[in-house]
Amino acid sequence: MARDLFMSERRAIGESPILRVLLILAAAAFLFLGLILPLAFLAAQAFAAGWSGYFGSLTAPDTASSIRLTLLIAAFVVPANTLFGLAASWCIAKFRFPGRAALLTVIDLPISVSPVIAGLVFVLIFGAQGWLGPVLTSHGIRVIFAVPGLVLATAFVTVPFVARQLIPLMEQQGSDEEECALVLGATGLQTFWRVTLPNIRWGLLYGVLLCNARAMGEFGAVSVVSGHIRGATMTMPLQVEALYQDYNSVAAFAVASLLALLAVMTLVVKRLVEWHHRRETAIQSA
Amino acid sequence: MSMSLAAVPTARRRSTHYTALPGFGPTLGVTLLVLTVLVVVPLGGMVLKAAGLGLGQAWHLLTVPRIAAAFRLSFGLALAAAAVNGVAGLLIAWVLVRYSFPGRRFLDALVDLPFALPTAVAGITLAALYANNGWIGGLLQPYGIAVSYTRLGIFVALLFVGLPYVIRTVQPVLADLERETEEVALTLGAGFFPIWTRVIAPPLIPALLTGMALAFARGVGEYGSVIFIAGNVPGISEILPLVIVVRLEEYDYAGAALLASVMLAASFAILLLINLISMWSRRRHGA
Repeated sequence: MARDLFMSERRAIGESPILRVLLILAAAAFLFLGLILPLAFLAAQAFAAGWSGYFGSLTAPDTASSIRLTLLIAAFVVPANTLFGLAASWCIAKFRFPGRAALLTVIDLPISVSPVIAGLVFVLIFGAQGWLGPVLTSHGIRVIFAVPGLVLATAFVTVPFVARQLIPLMEQQGSDEEECALVLGATGLQTFWRVTLPNIRWGLLYGVLLCNARAMGEFGAVSVVSGHIRGATMTMPLQVEALYQDYNSVAAFAVASLLALLAVMTLVVKRLVEWHHRRETAIQSA
Repeated sequence: MSMSLAAVPTARRRSTHYTALPGFGPTLGVTLLVLTVLVVVPLGGMVLKAAGLGLGQAWHLLTVPRIAAAFRLSFGLALAAAAVNGVAGLLIAWVLVRYSFPGRRFLDALVDLPFALPTAVAGITLAALYANNGWIGGLLQPYGIAVSYTRLGIFVALLFVGLPYVIRTVQPVLADLERETEEVALTLGAGFFPIWTRVIAPPLIPALLTGMALAFARGVGEYGSVIFIAGNVPGISEILPLVIVVRLEEYDYAGAALLASVMLAASFAILLLINLISMWSRRRHGA
């Protein structure tokens, strides 16, 4: 076993065992320095004042309020973008129509542009000197520097996530099973619930989790529209920034550790989804 | 996140233009409505706002020394980080696909971390890690190397956020390479170097370039992970997205819209480049 440890997965060609070990060590060192060390450092900083310091930081009023706000924004944005993702992937994956490629490009736009731009576009519309700003102010409606602006900016940056996950999956699966169900007398909705949804459930789960992770972790876009009002328009990432700038390192890293935990959990689910997907395709092709 | 600009694989079992499936109208309607209201109209409004400045004034605003320096910094460092990530990403992808060793699956799963970790979290972590009293910054300080609050810090942050792109675009291509071709080349007497340049590199280069272009695009627009570790000194370590934020805080909406529109145009150009790369690669390999 030990002899085979550093062998190529199949047969080895070309590189010598020594070169192979050196390459593995170089890659592992890069990943250790770049990814593992920062994660360990983050955890060490969060617990620098022990468990009581950690939990004390998380239950401070402003921080608790930022956690509630982040959950509230996700509760608006994630279901809405899940429905959008299902609708978009259905029409794009199951049908061919002119302008389909352009539509795919537009869906990609929000993650191709700088997050700062995602916030900026809504300031230009709803800000004090924006197009709709004066009208809204005269009616006492606040969008920028208030929760609606945070929801809009978050919705913008998370638009592609569910759709992006489902489109390749639904294209790969084709429409044969759905057509079969329809021929056998199922209604459109029955076909979707009983045939399509079970087929895409793992991809959908991962897409929703990615969308949620980004919605809760978005910084640049919400930073532009937030106004940074403590206890009112601070989401968790903004609270991380505020605490860090207050030189309250323990509290900043405590909040950051919650977001990092969410990220790690998302990665774990990604692995599970890939494992399920491989297993299901293996069963189907067997 | 891994999906950003990359083209959707058009693997379809059959390409019928006529299907009995229902729901095309309503789902397309919802899709168009959401994209129009949330994405197209806001971005269009931004470009319109910038266009209101006129060419002459726009050029004047873009060539101000502080702005020109931010352009050079953002594009230059994003390019440098994409280049280093190209080399490191290729090495890591190669090791993860070709060799089996303890901890391989763990490292493979970890590669996606920069995609999933919120940028502000990455930002404060890297800034503190490379600061003089941080684990790495403390080791570098005796040698007079400062990372945090310098341009080198921006480079480190861009290296972090761009790491997964090259690995994730190169990995599937490497996995699909037929090992038999290499073995044939080997039995025909080709050495290590010819096998690399003639057999492995040709199909790999388009994927590598695509990954680097994605990392570059991300690096140009990156904000959260950079501003904590950059010194944010105007003209020296102030990135382009930060200049946009500063313009907004000064209520210079048109100036902010102008810079953002130029960045949007750059995103489109990179998207076009990636599509050209994939077309070129398809034509060469007929796949």
